[in-house]
Amino acid sequence: MAITFFMDGKEIKTEEGKTLIEVARENGINIPSVCVHEATKANALCRICVVEVEGQRVLQPACIVKAANNMKVQTRSGKVLRARRTILEMLASTIDLSDAPEIQNMMAEYGASFNRFPDAKRRESEIQDDNPMYIRDYSKCLLCWRCVQVCADDAQYTFAINFSGRGFETQVGTFFDRAIPETSCVLCGQCVAVCPTGALKPKREFLLEQGLSPQDIGVLNSGRKKRK
Amino acid sequence: MIKPDRIVTTTCPYCGVGCNLQLYVKDDHIFKVASPFDSPVNHGNLCVKGRFGYDYVYHPKRVTTPLLRKIPQTPGKRTQAFDLSDWREVTWDEALDHVADRLIEIYKRDGSDAMAVYACAKATNEDNYLLQKMYRAIFRTNNIDHCTRLCHAGSVVALQQAVGSSAMSNTASQVSQNDVFIVTGSNTTENHPIIALQMKDAVRKHGAKMIVVDPRRIELVDFAEMWLPLKPGTNVPVFSAMAHVIVQENLVNHEFIANRTEGYQEFIKSLEKFTPEYAGEISGVPADDICKAARMYAGAKNAAIYWGMGISQLSHGTASAMALIHLAFLTGHIGREGTGLNPLRGQNNVQGASDMGCMPFHYPGYMRVDDEQNAAVWEKTWNVEAGGLSRKLGLTTTEILGQVHEGGIRSLYIMGENPMMSEPNLNETRRHMEQLEFLVAQDIFITESAAFADVFLPATPFAEKDGTFSNTDRRVQRVRAAHNPRGQARVDWQIICALALRLESRLGSFNQPETRLNSAFWEYSHPSDIFREMAGVNPDYAGVTYERIDNVGLIYPVPDEAHPGTPTLFTEDFPRGRGKFYPLDYVPAMEAVDDEYPFILTTGRVLEHWHGGSMTRNSSLNSVFPEARMEMHPADAEIHGIRNGDPVRVTSRRGEVVLRVIVTEKTTVGVVFIPFHFVEAAANLLTNDALDPQAKIPEFKACAVQVFPARMEELANPAAMVDRGRY
Repeated sequence: MAITFFMDGKEIKTEEGKTLIEVARENGINIPSVCVHEATKANALCRICVVEVEGQRVLQPACIVKAANNMKVQTRSGKVLRARRTILEMLASTIDLSDAPEIQNMMAEYGASFNRFPDAKRRESEIQDDNPMYIRDYSKCLLCWRCVQVCADDAQYTFAINFSGRGFETQVGTFFDRAIPETSCVLCGQCVAVCPTGALKPKREFLLEQGLSPQDIGVLNSGRKKRK
Repeated sequence: MIKPDRIVTTTCPYCGVGCNLQLYVKDDHIFKVASPFDSPVNHGNLCVKGRFGYDYVYHPKRVTTPLLRKIPQTPGKRTQAFDLSDWREVTWDEALDHVADRLIEIYKRDGSDAMAVYACAKATNEDNYLLQKMYRAIFRTNNIDHCTRLCHAGSVVALQQAVGSSAMSNTASQVSQNDVFIVTGSNTTENHPIIALQMKDAVRKHGAKMIVVDPRRIELVDFAEMWLPLKPGTNVPVFSAMAHVIVQENLVNHEFIANRTEGYQEFIKSLEKFTPEYAGEISGVPADDICKAARMYAGAKNAAIYWGMGISQLSHGTASAMALIHLAFLTGHIGREGTGLNPLRGQNNVQGASDMGCMPFHYPGYMRVDDEQNAAVWEKTWNVEAGGLSRKLGLTTTEILGQVHEGGIRSLYIMGENPMMSEPNLNETRRHMEQLEFLVAQDIFITESAAFADVFLPATPFAEKDGTFSNTDRRVQRVRAAHNPRGQARVDWQIICALALRLESRLGSFNQPETRLNSAFWEYSHPSDIFREMAGVNPDYAGVTYERIDNVGLIYPVPDEAHPGTPTLFTEDFPRGRGKFYPLDYVPAMEAVDDEYPFILTTGRVLEHWHGGSMTRNSSLNSVFPEARMEMHPADAEIHGIRNGDPVRVTSRRGEVVLRVIVTEKTTVGVVFIPFHFVEAAANLLTNDALDPQAKIPEFKACAVQVFPARMEELANPAAMVDRGRY
């Protein structure tokens, strides 16, 4: 069914069933997001995409809220901008975003400070280097869930990883904390492909960053070496 | 974060799915592989081989200098030389002159029948087209074949006979439009991982029902409505019994049979003996399950069949494929979207190498070589005098090696293939290889086969050349070089052109004494020139150009440059006119189990490795699956006192191997499984070289073996075991 609604004052005609972020992108309106990816179902986890919808008490995640007839949406109101900036500042205070250029760009765009919460505890963990294909550096993980989704029924039907822990201790991990080769992982690397922060990275790229030359690396033949 | 110097879009060098790749290149090395999420073939999904298995390109054992054997080899005393110290590094001129001199000497002395060539299903269409052109136009022989003979020859022959076309009738992505689909003889999860994802999506997201017919409890069974665990080699009774049920219960599509097929009446008489009970007794599948599967397939609105080597690699492989074709004919589940007969092709370009005429009976475009008109067309294209090309059907892969003797095949040119791993009964293959007078290997590694060669011509892998691959969907896609060839290695088509020019100059007027000297033409400046020459004659490719497939490949047949491609075949009729039923009989596998050899051995592949292993075993993939392991059912293991991880000696009437056992319910009672990638325990030392009489495909999928305990130190590498948690 055709509907008409308003985004930033602009009248938009579209089909019922589309999310606000989809309609925005079709109409050249930029709503930022981190956890949304074209290969995964939207989950409203990162909340960067929040918008203000008239009549709603709290901000609404544009990745899952669908456009409705006569809806009035503000994508860049003061409340929205403050929310996005604060989310980015909380991410930056706990996570290593050095490998996340898109998020760094968002920080600049929203005037977010890397040091807004100086006494925050950083999410730090050792690099997991347990297979020859990819490394996992959860110090850089912002829990967007894309890797878990593509490992599950959004792509690979492998179900090797999931969230473990609660609250601040939440992390992506394997069942019983097993090394990757001992899990159901098929080493397809789909998780690496969708990771937005470099928390998951091909082993070869990781070793090049450590200063090794392609000749030094040669053919990768084992995990459990060169652990940082 | 490493910033790439460039990102090169190309096509995966592994299985026939043809996934689109983006190679991230820095300092002339690939350091990462991605895939665009809007790619039409794989939607951004890759498997471990495609994403991480590229580093064989940089393996220190790769050979990048032309080599000549130090000790001249003679028939009967030919040896394998794996060590570089047995070879002399030479210039390209010296290597090519040597090859040209020897091939011309043999050709002038013994004629066309002494010459043979193995083309390569891993190389590009352009490489393969030129290789068959060289042998046909210069040596006037059709002794040209490649590994299609060893994988889908049974399917190809059956489809050619019944339908008149041998590729997949529909695309793999149409599985989402199936209501019911049968997967048989295909461990799709490991061998075509991205098609398996589409199958799982079809079940979980589109409500399709999957029927798995396979002797192994493959991972797809987790998603299947039914699993029919048949004994290896009993496809014909099981699928004929399904046909029997469909006819008995009048689930047939009478309109389709009347309008589109022939031979139905005679066929249904042949079905009488194939009752579900009879098939159940032979195959071990409960008769009720056969009935239920038949009703599900016939009763669906759209149903399709996907199959792999478990159908074709039998001494009755043609009949097995024919039994599947009958099901589609009976129900009319062909010629529409979401239906079809779909043999999943194993290698990245096995479809293309076949399309390019690298087969003993066909020119490019499946034009029979014994047809005068066809020969005349190619004579004109290649500047060959009228009547000059051979009208004689050539020898198949399996026959070429079998006829190496005085008065038979004397020389063999192998581009990229590795018969010393991929042929059945390898001890016999070895004896044949030893008898060759002259052997050329054009490869990237000194494989088990190249080690027998007199000359090694260092060629290039996918990452160093431009061209096209044609995937299992019939989609013609671009291959692009990520960087220059390593060392002195040359791209394959340039090697062939340089050699062909030398051959022609040495040949002089030998082939054409009465006419002026003609060159078949070898001075191409780019692979697109080669492609244009081929597409000018091959009607399937007529409308395909490099410009048109720059971004997205085209699915042939593409009859002209305005045509959008043909994802679904046979919507109006079949290439042969009406589809033809062929009455079948049950012929058991050639070797039955007995007290001496009580297990059926079936062979196949694993997710991490590929075929003869020349690529994957020289890549990081090897470290996650470093050794051959034989699957054995827990019930069998208990009887024989064998535990998981124990070393065993497996013997057949032809050979023996020692390897580790994995005790698993993935195989069935009485059946053991060995992957054929591992030279240290080569499954093909055991397999039976019995051939299908029509397709000449060997019986890789069923032979009789015995299993004995062995000592740990008898293993090739006792320390190699890697515990993996995947299915």
